Amino acid sequence: MVLQSLLKNCLQLSCILRTPKAGFRSTTSGGLIIQSTSSDVYQNLAVEDWILDHMNLENRQVLFLWRNSPAVVIGRHQNPWQECNLRLLRQKNIKLARRRSGGGTVYHDLGNINLTFFTTRKKYERMENLKLVVKALKALRPQLDVHVTDRYDILLDGQYKISGTAAKLGRTTAYHHCTLLCNADKFVLSSVLKSPYKGLKSNATPSVPASVKNLFEEDPSLTCEMLLDAIAEEYATQHQIDRHITLINPADETVLPGINNKTEELETWEWVYGKTPKFSVSTCFNMVYKDSFLDVKVDMDVKHGRIEVCNIDLPEQWLPPALCSELVKSLTGSKFCPNETTTLATMLLRVCPQDNELHSRWNLLWENMVMLM
Amino acid sequence: VCIHRVRSCSSIRFIKSKYVCVFDKSALKFSHQQRLFRTSAVSCGQIVQFKLSDIGEGITEVTVKEWYIKEGDSVSQFDSICEVQSDKASVTITSRYDGIIRKLHYNLDEIACVGKPLVDIEIDASKGVAPEEDVVETPPMSHEEHTHQEIKGHKTLATPAVRRLAMENNIKLSEVVGTGKDNRILKEDILNYLAKQTGAILPPSPKAEIIPPLPKSETVPAAPKDKARKIPVPVSRPIVFSGKDKTEPITGFHKAMVKTMSAALKIPHFGYCDEIDLTQLVQLREELKPLAQIRGVKLSFMPFFIKAASLGLLQYPILNASLDESCQNVTYKASHNIGVAMDTEQGLIVPNVKNVQVCSVFEIASELNRLQSLGSAGQLGTNDLTGGTFTLSNIGTIGGTYAKPVILPPEVAIGALGKIQVLPRFNGKGEVFKAQIMNVSWSADHRIIDGATMARFSNLWKSYLENPASMLLDLK
Repeated sequence: MVLQSLLKNCLQLSCILRTPKAGFRSTTSGGLIIQSTSSDVYQNLAVEDWILDHMNLENRQVLFLWRNSPAVVIGRHQNPWQECNLRLLRQKNIKLARRRSGGGTVYHDLGNINLTFFTTRKKYERMENLKLVVKALKALRPQLDVHVTDRYDILLDGQYKISGTAAKLGRTTAYHHCTLLCNADKFVLSSVLKSPYKGLKSNATPSVPASVKNLFEEDPSLTCEMLLDAIAEEYATQHQIDRHITLINPADETVLPGINNKTEELETWEWVYGKTPKFSVSTCFNMVYKDSFLDVKVDMDVKHGRIEVCNIDLPEQWLPPALCSELVKSLTGSKFCPNETTTLATMLLRVCPQDNELHSRWNLLWENMVMLM
Repeated sequence: VCIHRVRSCSSIRFIKSKYVCVFDKSALKFSHQQRLFRTSAVSCGQIVQFKLSDIGEGITEVTVKEWYIKEGDSVSQFDSICEVQSDKASVTITSRYDGIIRKLHYNLDEIACVGKPLVDIEIDASKGVAPEEDVVETPPMSHEEHTHQEIKGHKTLATPAVRRLAMENNIKLSEVVGTGKDNRILKEDILNYLAKQTGAILPPSPKAEIIPPLPKSETVPAAPKDKARKIPVPVSRPIVFSGKDKTEPITGFHKAMVKTMSAALKIPHFGYCDEIDLTQLVQLREELKPLAQIRGVKLSFMPFFIKAASLGLLQYPILNASLDESCQNVTYKASHNIGVAMDTEQGLIVPNVKNVQVCSVFEIASELNRLQSLGSAGQLGTNDLTGGTFTLSNIGTIGGTYAKPVILPPEVAIGALGKIQVLPRFNGKGEVFKAQIMNVSWSADHRIIDGATMARFSNLWKSYLENPASMLLDLK
């Protein structure tokens, strides 16, 4: 891999990116390979958005290479509550991102590489891209048993998924991106991608779970860098371009004007959670209070990540009726989010009668409610 | 008005050509009517069926996942209409036309077919659009030809909606910096330009005529509006701003705040403020900071303020009490659970440090660290957020000197701490020295607390902080 100095890269890239037509005329290349210097999932997703919106890919294609620090990435139309263990994510400080392409949920960490193939909409062709990846892998390690399925997955040894695919089509440009498991933490992967939330009903795109394996397990001499190099080389060969990788910094406004706005948008609660298609939660839980067991039934409709309708069935008189209706009224319209719910509960407690018994019942109920989120 | 126009248009469709001549002449006299008749006379609200274009890879069906518009909305060319999904690919469908959405052919989660109509759009003005053209196949430039304007030899890219906005506000597009693709001028650019012009007199434009897209046989001589433009100088023009008010319901967190604060203001508050000389404390903290660091704790001023408050509460327990709803009984709380107001993304939260009366300054600092990191991660639990008996709000980290804090029920007192400023003060010898001054503003419930009690508590708290060594005498 030939790494030119960062400054030269930026200059070259900014020429190409800002005056795409001029760039196209002046370079002989029909392609460009870029790699992100950041491992922030939101910044990297923003780069994809930026290229989709700003680059003219009429006679050029782009390959974007990136890796992220631990993050769960859900598809555009998915439900994060259905797809992953949000509680565990929060505990382990693993980020949650919603990408703009479709498809299912994946876990990223630095042992996973991401490849994005940018083309015009006309030249959008996923199978070709994946075959390129397989070719690169076989060139690197001829004994690897890897092939592409008709679901656009790449399987190792005929049964283990090592790559998943998703795509986004804009007005004139399109991209196809895929993951590739080199040396990711499989233990964390399987624990975060298991949802503990029961009673969810939604039309969101469901993920199709699959057994995964790292390429590293098959051949311990493989590293992410080697895979990136091999794929870049194959891409360069197929597009007849120079085999060098331009580094880009996804926070650099001079090279990518407007990129920070895109990054911010991807980080907002409204995007990550608020874009969840309408769903309902219908579940019950047991509470143990002093020596009694209580059954509580909860029904909620959640739209745009906010509770639209809320129904809580408590044992009669366990909480004063006025308080119960206060509970429901305040939940309605609030975010389906443990932080918001806890803040709400504790604030409301200030205006309740100051009775220790009442307070402990109230707290118990809210703690259980928060477990649903 | 829109609907009315459509109805009247449909009735005159067959005599289209005659109306073109008649209305154009009268349009020249009345500038507002110019727009009205221009749009209706020529196109007559032609409804075009916008078909779902080819997705590629031989895909014939997609699922509609999100609508960005609804029936009756107006759209500009290139605005997003909906998001569809097919086999892991998410596609944004954008409008090919300017117009008004008249019909959505699918509901959410329904399957849409490629090549079949997706939405019906009523087209705005004469664009000569051929409805059968595939959006995907046509390269971008041909869409933009009819939106180009030659102004002083410059080609400026802008959609008709944007151009209309510019025209309404007498803006020359050549003077606006476009931030869209290919330096296209967007609505935001016009609004930003307008914002910068506030108060300024818009310069008269000598040459540039913004030519509305009428058929070429008609020319547009100067309307009265143009004559007004040629008068040089200080006729200040009303600045037209097209922003709209936005109303949204109060939900969740804010609803709870409304309730809590309304209850709080039922408490008769009185205020008491003072100035504290923290010069010695600043020095002490500098010495102790590295020691705390070694033990893994970040030491701010708050642990000192909190501990001093607790020592004060031991002498004036009425400030750590609670009045019941009927104002019949006062409960003196045994624990000093001192709340610390925190500003998070969500808004104000007040976690509290439990049992400060038995905690050392270091323990308080450590607990504060824990609460702060949980607070910024949005993971505070109900236990940390309830049970507070007294609150301190360090608004000074953001700024300010004196404040008027609102008591958080069921408590009876609260203190707001301003920022620490370096100010000149006189010492005992009458010399001026550099002092680190912070202001405190207390509010207390006047039903059970009187001014003298508050003042004495404040003096005690102040003395502990101005002379930190004295805290050693009373530390438990």
